[in-house]
Amino acid sequence: MAEALSQRRAAGFAPEAPVELHVNGRRHRLHLDARVTLLDALRDSLGLTGTKKGCDQGTCGACTVHADGRRVLSCLTLAAQCEGREVTTIEGLTAPDGGPHPLQESFVRHDAFQCGYCTPGQIMSAAALLEEGRADSDEDVREFMSGNLCRCGAYTNIVAAVRDVAAAGGADASV
Amino acid sequence: MLPFEYARVTGVDEAVNLLAADPSASYLAGGTTQLDLMKDGVLGPERLVDITRLPLRGVTRDADGLHIGALTTMEELAADPVVAGELPVVREALLLGASAQLRNMATIGGNLLQRARCRYFRDPTVPDCNKREPGSGCAAVRNTARMHAILGVSERCIALHASDLAVALVALDAVVRLHGTSGSRSVPLTQFYREAGTSPDVENVLLHGELITGVTIPPLPAEAATGYLKVRDRASYEFALASAAVVLVMRDDVIAQARVGLGGIGSKPWRSLEAEQVLTGAAASGEIFREAAAAAVQGAWTVPGTAFKVELAQRTLVRALRNVSGGAR
Repeated sequence: MAEALSQRRAAGFAPEAPVELHVNGRRHRLHLDARVTLLDALRDSLGLTGTKKGCDQGTCGACTVHADGRRVLSCLTLAAQCEGREVTTIEGLTAPDGGPHPLQESFVRHDAFQCGYCTPGQIMSAAALLEEGRADSDEDVREFMSGNLCRCGAYTNIVAAVRDVAAAGGADASV
Repeated sequence: MLPFEYARVTGVDEAVNLLAADPSASYLAGGTTQLDLMKDGVLGPERLVDITRLPLRGVTRDADGLHIGALTTMEELAADPVVAGELPVVREALLLGASAQLRNMATIGGNLLQRARCRYFRDPTVPDCNKREPGSGCAAVRNTARMHAILGVSERCIALHASDLAVALVALDAVVRLHGTSGSRSVPLTQFYREAGTSPDVENVLLHGELITGVTIPPLPAEAATGYLKVRDRASYEFALASAAVVLVMRDDVIAQARVGLGGIGSKPWRSLEAEQVLTGAAASGEIFREAAAAAVQGAWTVPGTAFKVELAQRTLVRALRNVSGGAR
């Protein structure tokens, strides 16, 4: 029993701990309860409220961010798990020239939203989709963005907005 | 979520020793099941050991087959050139599961250990769930059931094992590698899971603290054809109502070898030796496919909400056999 306890202590178990997060190219030193998800750390500790909390159980995709370049759900990721990983949120998504990302422009042009709550997640997911090379057809966009739900039902315009950017050459396109 | 303590480990033995000495601790990998169930109050470990940095990631190949590190993500495995080129049944099972985001998080080891999607299991306010509280009964048997199993179940529990990947892996004779405090062992995936039986709370042969370190898929005969067919309520991002993983070796029109996995219907990823027995050595035909499918669902145990699956599972297997055998039979 004593051995188990000293093992635990050596492993560094703690109910709260310092966590260093790299978000959108900036370092942040935080002190967080172990339960804090990446989503809550972004919104409540860093004030990056672009990432949305929809279902908070990994179903709706509103909380989609990139971790080391891959799209993930920030609601089912502990903030502590992200130490040393590069996190990108909607606030950090820009065109190469620093302006709005072509997807952001395209979503506006196509009116690819109604209430807009799912939009940051849709755009982060679509940005990854373009990188993955999976935006070659409407069917592929629908299939590989099926983890982003839109309760308003703006899917038709979302698909059109994504396809437009893909046709113009992806994220580097000057649309 | 109940409070817990968190620690990240970098060595496999360190992880295993921590868990084995601590009944109130759990591993944390992709988190897509673990954190979800902790938020719902179904799981409440006092300590989480984050294993995501362990060196168990990646795919290698040698004469014994394809070795998949347990922390390889579903998307990484689907993108592996060998999987993409030679094992369509694995690639299809992976890409028809979950969403791209979840597949970027979920690991292969975690996928095999995913917990039941039964709504009564996932709702701690429901008192009767033998999987959560042994001896308390089964709410699903008396209430609305649909996403539930018909094979390997009884009135004690009808929860479904919802993994698509595991269905493909049992058809491929995959072997899981486990590591514990007393060393490593290998277990065929078909012997890894337990049917609901009298103890629905015990889902597999893992000892507390034992860690899945990898999965090996033995080589297939060069002429083998494989495929996965999934039938569900939505076109995408949904669990299977019925699915079939099929491996066939054809010699002209005769089925020289057949392996059949069934999903959406079993308390564990279901390997149907009964269907294989009907198929092996027979000339491929619609009639023999239907006979095999009928053999596969012998012994089905249904409630009103799941009775439709007896027919659906058969039709799913027949179509999968038709697709993989390459004939419009």
